[in-house]
Amino acid sequence: MKICVLVKEVPDAAVEKRINPSTGRMDRSGEKNLNPFDTHAIEAAMQLKEGSELQVDEVVAVTMGPESALRALHKAVSLGADRSMHLSDDALEGSDVNGTGYALSQALAAEAPDLVLLGQQSDDGECYTIGAVVADHLKAPSLTQVIKIDVEDGKLRCERQAEYGYDTVLVELPAVISVGDAINEPRYPSLKAIMGAKKKPLAKVGAADVGIAPDRVGHENARAHCGAFHDPPAKSAGQIIEDEDTNETVEKIVAWLDERKLI
Amino acid sequence: MADILVFALHYEGAINKNSLGAVSEAARLAAEIGGEAHALVLGSKDELTDELCGSLGAHGATKVYRAQGPEGLAQPVVDAMAKVIADDGHGYALFGGGLLGFEIGAGLVARLDAGVTMEVTAVKARDGKLVAERPILQDSSISDVEYRSSVGVIIGRLNAFEITESGSGPAQVVDVDFELSEWSTRATMVQRGEQRGANVNIEDADILIAGGRGLGKAEGFEALEALAGSLGGAVAATRAVVDAGWYSYSAQIGQTGKTVAPKLYLAAGISGAIQHKVGMQSSENIVAINKDSNAPIFEFSDLGIVGDLNKIVPKLTEALKAKKGG
Repeated sequence: MKICVLVKEVPDAAVEKRINPSTGRMDRSGEKNLNPFDTHAIEAAMQLKEGSELQVDEVVAVTMGPESALRALHKAVSLGADRSMHLSDDALEGSDVNGTGYALSQALAAEAPDLVLLGQQSDDGECYTIGAVVADHLKAPSLTQVIKIDVEDGKLRCERQAEYGYDTVLVELPAVISVGDAINEPRYPSLKAIMGAKKKPLAKVGAADVGIAPDRVGHENARAHCGAFHDPPAKSAGQIIEDEDTNETVEKIVAWLDERKLI
Repeated sequence: MADILVFALHYEGAINKNSLGAVSEAARLAAEIGGEAHALVLGSKDELTDELCGSLGAHGATKVYRAQGPEGLAQPVVDAMAKVIADDGHGYALFGGGLLGFEIGAGLVARLDAGVTMEVTAVKARDGKLVAERPILQDSSISDVEYRSSVGVIIGRLNAFEITESGSGPAQVVDVDFELSEWSTRATMVQRGEQRGANVNIEDADILIAGGRGLGKAEGFEALEALAGSLGGAVAATRAVVDAGWYSYSAQIGQTGKTVAPKLYLAAGISGAIQHKVGMQSSENIVAINKDSNAPIFEFSDLGIVGDLNKIVPKLTEALKAKKGG
């Protein structure tokens, strides 16, 4: 069987993010990295391949994005994916959740995977939703924010936190599952894997190659359109203490609490 | 003129608070755009009594669609809502904060070719249409999102919508005739709402000492328990440490946990991600201890201490004990 892992490059958490005022879109020109949640999805795929009763033949990393997104694929491959697919096309630029989910599902349909894994969220915008959009397009059962996957009679026994506690759900394959960061500890790529990443097969496909309808993607066709930006209600900044002398710091905290009658 | 359809989640005979907020918000917005607020519930008919469904009328819903299907999963609700929207032409689907709202809303995006906005903190009416406000970039800016689709999906942030009682009398209850998609039947709930760890009550505490990943290990909570003891408070935790098994699920604050507003919220080793912030930002006084001066929590704390909590917390506990003793 085949597992596809959706990955994405995101601005490095250490780099300040900003909106480009002339386009109204996220300025993605800063340092990039593989979305941390996606490393957990790759690790989950590797654990299913290496240690479960599922006969996983290959793990394929899939991304959508500009040329620079290649780095996310190289990272994914260095973490164990066998090959990768890069969906890249000027027509896809500026797609919203609707367009991105649709485009990714078209690319995935061409691969016909038995399981699609992805990180539950990316810090640059599309929280929690892409997996469920893709699943409905693929007509597959889906679960998001999963923190444990066990294989049981060829099905996935998944655990997650929901509104009222921990839920356990049995999901039949093919399926789309998004995972949280509590699911595993991703491995570090070996130097050899990093060096070899660029040699593994990489297919570059355009929108037309996977039958993406042009009127469903891109900034102009976004169903949800980001308009004006404005500042949130101002909150006065709090007092900050740099702890140099801990006894002194503690004194200040106690005084602060005392002033507010919290002791 | 457009009607708004809200998904109302229920569990053990009660409607979810975030759903009640969403129904209240839909009623307010519907009045502004000349439509009606409707709600959809899904579960067993035994539990979804006429009385429970009708009670949404108090929050302004004029009609409640009652669908029968497996509870706690998103895809059956997508099937039911898509059918209702196709039949009755709702212009918007609105969800209160919570995990299922994200999943159902996302499913509707694909099914109805709809636009979607997530983590919405406010919705306003403009020219007879709804505009969703979404905070971006760690809440440093707010984007106004307009819809260019026949249906707009609005997924609220936790506690974004206030519960109000604007309605008069019970809502009309209508049973929905719909079919589950084949793929909706291929995920089944094995166990729902399992509680893990000891049961602790943090919602009634005036003082909460909360710990996150920055504690480094499960044993880090012992120091927080001592500090909570010296202040007469209780201990709370972030999702990350609860999932790691360091602390009890019932003490979890945030997106999938509890929402609290104590007099004092002291966050130790918590970075302050949005998912945590939504569960505690209404606290009267927020104190944060974190060694990373760039941690987002310092942007909404009243007193921030940049330093090593392993050094500060024990000394603070001692100082407070001494003060009380003296």
